[in-house]
Amino acid sequence: MSKIQWSEYACDGFYDELLARPGEPHPAASMLCDYLSELGGRELAELKNAAEVAIQVMGITFTVYSEGSMIDRAWPFDIVPRIIPLDEWQKTEAGLKQRVQALNLFIDDLYHDQRIIKDKILPAEVLAQSVNFRKQCVGINPPNNIWAHICGSDIVRDKDGTLYVLEDNLRVPSGVSYMLENRNVTKRILPELFQTGRIQPVDDYTGQLYDMLVSMSPRPGDDPQVVVMTPGIYNSAYFEHSYLAQQMGVELVEGTDLVVDDDDVVHMLTVDGLKRVDVIYRRVDDLFLDPEVFNPESALGVPGLMRAWRNGKVALVNAPGAGVADDKVVYAFVPEIIRYYLSEEPLLANVPSYLCMRDDDRKYVLDNLDKLVVKPANESGGYGMLVGPHATKKERAAFAELIKANPRNYMAQPTLNLSTTPTLIEDRLEPRHVDLRPFILSGKNSTEVTTGGLTRVALNKGSLVVNSSQGGGSKDTWIVDLK
Amino acid sequence: MLSRVAENIYWLARYLERAEDTARLINVTSNLLLDFPRTTRLDWDSLVVISGAEEIFDEHYDTRSADNVLNFLCVDQHYPGSIISSLDAARENLRTTRDILPREIWEELNTLYLDMHRQAENGITSRKRDAIMKRVIRSCQTINGVIEGSLSHTQVHTFLMLGRNLERGDMTTRIIDVRSANLLPRNTDDLTPFEGLQWMSVLKSLTGYQMYRQQVRLRVKGPDVLRFLLQDEYFPRSVASCLGQLSYELEDLPGHDEAQALVDKTLSLLINANLVSLAYEPDSLHDFVDELQISFNELHQAIAEQYFSGAYRSQSQSSAA
Repeated sequence: MSKIQWSEYACDGFYDELLARPGEPHPAASMLCDYLSELGGRELAELKNAAEVAIQVMGITFTVYSEGSMIDRAWPFDIVPRIIPLDEWQKTEAGLKQRVQALNLFIDDLYHDQRIIKDKILPAEVLAQSVNFRKQCVGINPPNNIWAHICGSDIVRDKDGTLYVLEDNLRVPSGVSYMLENRNVTKRILPELFQTGRIQPVDDYTGQLYDMLVSMSPRPGDDPQVVVMTPGIYNSAYFEHSYLAQQMGVELVEGTDLVVDDDDVVHMLTVDGLKRVDVIYRRVDDLFLDPEVFNPESALGVPGLMRAWRNGKVALVNAPGAGVADDKVVYAFVPEIIRYYLSEEPLLANVPSYLCMRDDDRKYVLDNLDKLVVKPANESGGYGMLVGPHATKKERAAFAELIKANPRNYMAQPTLNLSTTPTLIEDRLEPRHVDLRPFILSGKNSTEVTTGGLTRVALNKGSLVVNSSQGGGSKDTWIVDLK
Repeated sequence: MLSRVAENIYWLARYLERAEDTARLINVTSNLLLDFPRTTRLDWDSLVVISGAEEIFDEHYDTRSADNVLNFLCVDQHYPGSIISSLDAARENLRTTRDILPREIWEELNTLYLDMHRQAENGITSRKRDAIMKRVIRSCQTINGVIEGSLSHTQVHTFLMLGRNLERGDMTTRIIDVRSANLLPRNTDDLTPFEGLQWMSVLKSLTGYQMYRQQVRLRVKGPDVLRFLLQDEYFPRSVASCLGQLSYELEDLPGHDEAQALVDKTLSLLINANLVSLAYEPDSLHDFVDELQISFNELHQAIAEQYFSGAYRSQSQSSAA
């Protein structure tokens, strides 16, 4: 079996995360590329096999629910790490902190004075039509005025190497457990490369998460009781809920484990009786949290939970209503939001966005549907989207009617040429498109960003879909110090 | 420990024990049948009767033939007490709690579960019966071994033991009930040649024959066997020994007064039993077994009220009063 020839790696036409051009690795990636070029197809297959065994032994799974039954699938993992140089990452990190700080001020403002609307930065109609604005949250002061404690922002890189924030997930972002486990697997299969001491560690996350959660406690003097709240085993992210609870050494609860008493204090039901709960890291969507306030049919929630939160008896992380800033139309205003609240220029770029509610923008979008990606404001996971260049004429015509009927609900962006990175396909390394999801923690005293994040890769040739349920995989992400 | 988790753990242990003991119950009946002449009224029908499952059985089967009853008790998912239903339920309870239990338990149970579903597709015949029952019993014993060898004695262990011993005691009474369920002619003369055989197979189904022989050196007789299965302190499947274990485990838990009182009440019921009349009067044995099963059910209720979701309801009631 022949050895890997980087000169034959066809990365032309896109920015590649490891190679500047065929045969020429970026400086931060040279140690990895040199190491891999010593290997042939058989050794690569052995590494891949070792990774699969490790994943099985460690029990890393994600859940697919289909046709009424539940399947735990092994986590799809690619052994070739994606590399970002430390100096570039530090700039990205600063940009993410700035972004999340501004978003927290923005959410707090929307639920109080709404200065940003009075000052005509954000049109009132954007808020009026937001499906994630919760009127039940108006006037509430969550601990430290933080609403989005955990944010997962999706970052992509365009052809010229510029990093763009594609979206901010402020509701119940997932994936961080896979970031941590990807590192554990990679350490097992490529131990030699970690001995250089240049790869920055990632394993502090659960400690930081726990500290942040504790800092939200309404009873800081006492020993705060923190819990992770899950919708249950049928949720696709149940592995992560259970993983995080275990790593932090806290209870993993379901709605039925919690009760709110007449004094609005939240307790969990234990064999030793009731135990007070101070901080709930909830992985249940807003609308299912409390049947007294939201969906009365919800069996996942806890009656009275919003009452307890409103009266400051418990901290909910993320705060209900934080999703108001997790909206594709609000997204377009983030640069303005940063300038408005922080009086700073944004450090990280937003993808240029056209808002169909604006007459000029809408005209441009309708005239250029074949070049644009059009997204509905409040869907996540890639649903209800039009990818113009890949759509038929008929599909574009139908979508044009949707836009005209409800312009506020749509925004459009140019199609980006997402960067690629070498990925093991059979016994060869081929370029595949990737994105990156770092996680940002906002606590009482500090804002922390994960070292890198979760790199997701579209395993099918030419595909841009990175979701694990649709042929996506993931990789370890290395932040490498060149000094 | 969360009440919900405790409840899952407790039911996991109960369902595992139920699967194992149902396999034992099937084996005792099969062995009895092989040894008895055609003139006796003993047949597979009685297993359906003592399982209290006549209605659901008749809904799905025309005749109470050996193969039908075997399939019903082993692999019929319509019957919640079948081995396969018990394994399904055990597995569902383990799903949410697998993170706190040794990993091998999941692997063993999952393999057994998949095997039984494969058997279900092929149907169970009398010829395969013994091997399949042994397979079930062995896997359950393996899981008990893993628990014994690698699970710390925390509350997780406590609730496993509570579930296991409550179910085991209850199932031992059901296996004894095989003796009383109109299996044999009432005429003592007809019965004599088979009496020893019958009691021996009851013992064997509980792997109690060896232990019994070590303690009782006379030939196998009804009152001695009943004393051994009901009152013996040392044999782990005897009802008294299960109650002793329950009492021991409850001692570590807060708020155990009601449950402990029920254990004591059941123990005194056992101690005061008239074993001779129970051994020779099938009807009074059946009534006595009923009484024990009611006690076990009360004990379960007390545990559920105190430690599972019932805890909050009773506390909020008492604080409102």
